[in-house]
Amino acid sequence: MSLDTVKHAEQTPDVELPWKELGLKEDEYARVREILGRRPTGAELAMYSVMWSEHCSYKSSKVHLRQFGEKAPQSDAMLVGIGENAGVVDVGEGYAVTFKVESHNHPSYVEPYQGAATGVGGIVRDIIAMGARPVAVVDPLRMGAADHPDTKRVLPGVVAGIGGYGNCLGLPNIGGELVFDACYQGNPLVNAGAIGVMRHEDIHLAKASGTGNKVILYGARTGGDGIGGASILASETFDDAKPSKRPAVQVGDPFQEKLLIECTLEAFAERLVVGIQDLGAAGLSCATSELASNGSGGMRVELDDVPLRDSTLSPEEILMSESQERMCAVVEPDKVDRFLAICEKWDVIATVVGEVTDGTRLEIFWHGEKIVDLDPRTVAHDGPVYERPYARPDWLDALQADDAAKLARPASGDELREQVLKVVASPNQASKAWVTDQYDRFVQGNTVLAQPEDSGMIRINEETGLGVALATDGNGRYAKLDPYTGAQLALAESYRNVAATGARPLAVSDCLNFGSPEDPAVMWQFAEAVRGLADGCLQLGTPVTGGNVSLYNQTGEAAIHPTPVVAVLGVIDDVARRTPIAFKESGQLLYLLGDTRQEFGGSAWSDVVHGHLGGLPPQVDLERERLLAEILISASRDGMIDAAHDLSDGGLVQAITESCLRGRNGARLIVPDGLDAFTFLFSESAGRAVVAVPRSEELRFTDMCGARGLPATRIGVVDGDAVEVQGEFTLPLAELRSAHEETVPSLFG
Amino acid sequence: MTARIGVVTFPGTLDDRDTQRAVRVAGAEPVPLWHRDKDLKQVDAVVLPGGFSYGDYLRAGAISRFSPVMETVVEQARAGMPVLGICNGFQVLTETHLLPGAMLRNTDLHFVCRDQKLRVENASTAWTADYEQGQEISIPLKNIDGRYVADERVLDELEAEGRVAFRYAAAPADAAAPADGYGNPNGSLRDIAGITNEAGNVVGLMPHPEHAVEPLIGTGRTDGLGFFTSILKNLVAA
Repeated sequence: MSLDTVKHAEQTPDVELPWKELGLKEDEYARVREILGRRPTGAELAMYSVMWSEHCSYKSSKVHLRQFGEKAPQSDAMLVGIGENAGVVDVGEGYAVTFKVESHNHPSYVEPYQGAATGVGGIVRDIIAMGARPVAVVDPLRMGAADHPDTKRVLPGVVAGIGGYGNCLGLPNIGGELVFDACYQGNPLVNAGAIGVMRHEDIHLAKASGTGNKVILYGARTGGDGIGGASILASETFDDAKPSKRPAVQVGDPFQEKLLIECTLEAFAERLVVGIQDLGAAGLSCATSELASNGSGGMRVELDDVPLRDSTLSPEEILMSESQERMCAVVEPDKVDRFLAICEKWDVIATVVGEVTDGTRLEIFWHGEKIVDLDPRTVAHDGPVYERPYARPDWLDALQADDAAKLARPASGDELREQVLKVVASPNQASKAWVTDQYDRFVQGNTVLAQPEDSGMIRINEETGLGVALATDGNGRYAKLDPYTGAQLALAESYRNVAATGARPLAVSDCLNFGSPEDPAVMWQFAEAVRGLADGCLQLGTPVTGGNVSLYNQTGEAAIHPTPVVAVLGVIDDVARRTPIAFKESGQLLYLLGDTRQEFGGSAWSDVVHGHLGGLPPQVDLERERLLAEILISASRDGMIDAAHDLSDGGLVQAITESCLRGRNGARLIVPDGLDAFTFLFSESAGRAVVAVPRSEELRFTDMCGARGLPATRIGVVDGDAVEVQGEFTLPLAELRSAHEETVPSLFG
Repeated sequence: MTARIGVVTFPGTLDDRDTQRAVRVAGAEPVPLWHRDKDLKQVDAVVLPGGFSYGDYLRAGAISRFSPVMETVVEQARAGMPVLGICNGFQVLTETHLLPGAMLRNTDLHFVCRDQKLRVENASTAWTADYEQGQEISIPLKNIDGRYVADERVLDELEAEGRVAFRYAAAPADAAAPADGYGNPNGSLRDIAGITNEAGNVVGLMPHPEHAVEPLIGTGRTDGLGFFTSILKNLVAA
């Protein structure tokens, strides 16, 4: 086909274009024609199709996500909110922190190594596009059943990809999660989060302003990889009948990205950049239209000047390519030479491909002919918005009525012992060191805490000890039982994890992983989860700074559990005050904070021992969470506790196991009055933590809890080389250790 | 005037800032050196830090050895200037033949990151004099190409001349539950973690002393600081 120019499109209104193959719906295509007042050119169609995809436009989720803004709590910390590459918060001392979590789910199932690797690459570019130096990454993962053969293909590839990319970038991996569940079998979730640090004055935004300013594309050459990744891969469900989608997955080069980071930060430091955008999903289509749309003028781009890896690429392919490690900067004309020199220093290819115009149109030329002429807002911001129908699923009543309270409980101490071992050895509750030991957690020399601690913690000021903490959590089983409560439980757990390490929770980011929005039941789950999260954030005073939505995590009729992953960022004035999970000192007293109730719906115990999912998830009391957090932070600041561990899936026994093994000390526990041993060990009531208190601090600590009204129950002492539950059983640490630590290596090693 | 210690940055170097910090913590002055620059800026010693220089393309360290800065480093090292290669830096030193042997992929084929127990086998090099002979230290290890190999003759020679500087430590036989980090993590021949040249001025090792210089950070130990205090004393005495 000859070149489809704007002129040609005007002259040939009846030419059929492959809008359907590119993922557009019929009414969407009609709307494109209406906006342009003619049929689109092939290149324009390519741009609209990727930018209006679910992945890029949030067309199904937008109407719900508005709540994050409408219900946003008052916060002085927020410097940049939703809508930019990543949110930015003030952490004091003139520092700002940006953080975000994104999904790379679909590509990671098709091609685990590259899918996961480029997920890390993408989130890191979002961080540098804000002007920040990336300082850490985290990776929340959800995989199919641990013993399913395909999980052996996906998980090792994903872990190697995250490690292969992140390690080579020099970013410590400080947290994340790994959960196995058959519901993720055909739709594993690979979420990637990153934190960046900058000075307030260094914040950069994605906008192209100033007529005559140059648009510079720099980084890797553009190739044919990842064409249509956002529209075809991430925005449709998998279907066995279709051909392999492997060519739609991008291929990453972390070395190139490392150079891109250094050269971008050097250009920022010299104040050479007016606006900047990374090239991720939808590639150049996204970068040019968003920069132009956010700026004051129009933009003119010469597509011939884009450096190519493959000279046979068509202009449509160049616009849609998702080749990795590319960025786009807007630079004043007199600073272009200096910008190019910095790129040359770092061996990064940089090319002026266009300039900001005084018009309002985005115009793209190929071989001297105009192939795109449109209002960039219509591509970047005015995509379709769907009010998808949603309805509470009819199966939910039966599921909630199937109460976990009726499940058989252990009848003796021996049986309880056996179930404890079974739970802590189950793939979900077992040690994930096999995974995290493949990630560099030390690089940059500022890692204060890393997995398996409750939150990762990074020092950001060597002089004062100022630091930030990040935790990510999400329990799909809880959310399946009640998505509103499930989302709040994810928020509460992440918030609690940050506070348990001594940091003050400040802001929230999220990655919302759901099935197909075209299914009203899934859409209801999504709407409920967003409502729960927005209400929860308002109550806790932690604004949502941004996030990501991943839909279509569904194979045929089977959707994944609704899985809202919530990241909470906290700040700590002096990292020397941080609280680790390890019980290091024999003789210290163990206190259980909070109330323990008969709550087993969605619990690890019900899953491992009975293969059961039913009933209601634990109740949420966010005021209690806030009180618990205040106590944990005060106790850490004033040196009243030496260890703390939040209680969540697996209950108390899980926390005790992890803290004992990490500290190489046993614990003697006494079941408190009013509780039976089983409930004491396995209940998953929220709003709880276990702490180790030095004897000298006991009075001060219990006085504080009493004065503020937080229940604190003495449950035992750090001692010996076994976990002993008085009158029930004794478990030597060696036995506990092999149960907890051998599972994952034996499955995947 | 305190000692000036150069820290080389290649494209893809990751631990340069950490190494500069470690030099500072030890009380010396870190001097950044750039791979394209032959000028060593009159430093007293040089550290080649870890990372993935040139993306480890071709082979870890294989491209870096041809960089302009390495010409001068090799020349000065032969003339007696102390040089320390950490991880990727060790790989660069073997590629330049300042040290013998090579690194292959870990036997389990995974990247491994952990606290690693080492035994100091030679406490008389320029970089190890602040340790005791036979001392056990624990510092982070993190690599995928860390398996030290050389032919039998070279290995025998290294042993005979006392040029094995560090070995991965085996767990004490009497420990019921040994702490983490014992044992050979990657299949290195004769458990070798680091070696020195005949003169004792050039040392290379896979684990990372620069990540263990502050009590709060990383492993919570400062066992790596001895490398940097050793060189400082060595230079002040010289």
